[in-house]
Amino acid sequence: MTGRRLSRTMRGVRHLVLGLGAVVMLAPFVVMVATSLKPKDEIFTPEFHLLPHRLGAAENYHEALTQVPLLHFLLNGVIVTAAIFVLQVLVNVPAAYALAKLRFRGRSTLFGAVLVCLLIPYQATALPIYILFHWLGLLNTYAALVLPFTISVFGIFLMRQFFLGVPDDLIDAARIDGMSEYGIVWSVMAPAAIPALVAFGIFSVVAHWNDYFWPLIAVGEQGLYTPPLGIAHLKLNGEGTAYGPLMAAATIVIAPLVIAFLVAQRRFVEGIVFTGLKG
Amino acid sequence: MLVSPGMAGTDRPARRGAVALAGIAKRFGEVSVLRDVDLEVRAGEFITILGPSGCGKSTLLRIIAGLEPQSEGTVAIDGMSMDGLAPDKRDIAMVFQSYALYPHLTVAENIAVPLRMRRLTRLQRLPGAGVLRGVRSTNGSIAEAVRSVAATLRIESLLDRKPSQLSGGQKQRVALARAMVRQPRAFLMDEPLSNLDAELRVHMRAEIAQLHRELGATFVYVTHDQAEAMTMSDRVVVILDGQLRQIGSPAVLYRDPHDLRVAQFVGTPRINVFPAVATPVGIGVLGMPVARDSGLAIGTRLQAAIRPERLAVTTGAGIPGRIVFRENLGSDLFLHIALHGMASPAIVRCDPSAIEATEIGATVQIRFPAEHLLLFDGEGRRIARDG
Repeated sequence: MTGRRLSRTMRGVRHLVLGLGAVVMLAPFVVMVATSLKPKDEIFTPEFHLLPHRLGAAENYHEALTQVPLLHFLLNGVIVTAAIFVLQVLVNVPAAYALAKLRFRGRSTLFGAVLVCLLIPYQATALPIYILFHWLGLLNTYAALVLPFTISVFGIFLMRQFFLGVPDDLIDAARIDGMSEYGIVWSVMAPAAIPALVAFGIFSVVAHWNDYFWPLIAVGEQGLYTPPLGIAHLKLNGEGTAYGPLMAAATIVIAPLVIAFLVAQRRFVEGIVFTGLKG
Repeated sequence: MLVSPGMAGTDRPARRGAVALAGIAKRFGEVSVLRDVDLEVRAGEFITILGPSGCGKSTLLRIIAGLEPQSEGTVAIDGMSMDGLAPDKRDIAMVFQSYALYPHLTVAENIAVPLRMRRLTRLQRLPGAGVLRGVRSTNGSIAEAVRSVAATLRIESLLDRKPSQLSGGQKQRVALARAMVRQPRAFLMDEPLSNLDAELRVHMRAEIAQLHRELGATFVYVTHDQAEAMTMSDRVVVILDGQLRQIGSPAVLYRDPHDLRVAQFVGTPRINVFPAVATPVGIGVLGMPVARDSGLAIGTRLQAAIRPERLAVTTGAGIPGRIVFRENLGSDLFLHIALHGMASPAIVRCDPSAIEATEIGATVQIRFPAEHLLLFDGEGRRIARDG
């Protein structure tokens, strides 16, 4: 009995801690959405209240969408993240297949190199890449935003771990059925790895949709701005106090990710569980 | 070489799928897995490669398939060298222990893969290419072939399911169908029944043997289960420690093993092995004189083996022992009899009616006819095979 009551108290404490954590995590977003709905004069009142007395949503969102070409930035974001993801998959899946299933000289060295690369933060290579792209004349292009991320060592590692679990017999059966090695990669391994690809896709898209650092370095032209750059631009462009439109823009930029998460929530959790188990 | 009974009659048409291995050796780095394997599989034969796990039998099959390159030797099918040829160019099919079905494809799509890979070009396999006339007619003929092979294996009702919705036996049928659909000249089977439960395994044995008779193609079947080898095959190849020890029909292998380990591997319960010594009048087995000429110098140690059904319990003179265990299978009664100076008990097959006359702990005498003793030298090689 005591054990049970104790565990119930523990459960209460656990929920309290988790609940507080959730509040801390969610509070900025709540304030963001609330602020985006308030008119200017209400934002700067000394006393804080969560809900607006008067709706200022229309003017804030209107300003966010007109003062800067926010929709264009969103389109840039879609182009860049989609291109990055597609190219990453094109590189990751064959590389991971080779590392997991093919026997060749130097395989373990190569895999060691992949592991080492996992430890290098991309900020460390940003400057050399910047100089390289300057030489190649690629700065201020979509290519500058996409190319540095086409080889994802994290993706290679993740997919390799998944492919290790695919039975060798399946690959041998495909060889006997007449598939080429690329045929095996795309028609046997990739379909078997959909859960891993979904998990990786989420990590990749979230990371590059929200990336601020590299786009800030790589592009200076407004036409190439990704959504985070666009928000920053909105802030700098105004008098530094246009919080309403700023929060509206932030809400618009986050919305696609939130909606995508809600739609694919189950898959997302599966992906996390899966990577946790395999990694 | 012996011609086994029940083999292909001469009235059948010329068959394809004669597999010839010459001097096959395989090394993984320093480790030698196979040494000097010569084997001629006749067209249309059901041959089983039998051996304990790790003996190299699966590697041999993978070398025939072209999935693994041999370190030495040649593989030929129907007189054509297969060396260096990719698996899909060898016109063979393989069935795996793990079934190896494509998990994202339906049963029908799984069975169709070998035909699609052969009859359609890369472009024609793209989704949507089915609207082209040539592709449509090819797809039609593929669907027809899939239906016909599914009918043979009685899996028509499963064609729209995914492999995850099938039982083990159904999966193995689908794998067989995928192998059969393009009518290869040889079927290579790597322990196809080992993942099935005992009852289904016995059932599928009969079914695969039946399939072999209907198809008339060459079957090369790898297993560690001597019962499978003995019941299904025209001939059995025993591989031990990477070396081919004996080839022969199941009956010959049982009756006339060339090697003590072959004798021990084939037959359940295991063959009894007694220490023996060459004497002036013949041999001495457990102190009992037996009139058999070993041809060895007097005093040489050897091993005498005898099948459980050749031993008998007697009330007369014999080797005394104590009954330690009785196994009554209904049709047979196996008595385990501890003998003086023997670590493991001797096993004697009796008629089950003898159960009343036996009791655990009782002392009995066992005897054996001298002519049924199989004699092996110290290294386990058969001697005096004339007996």
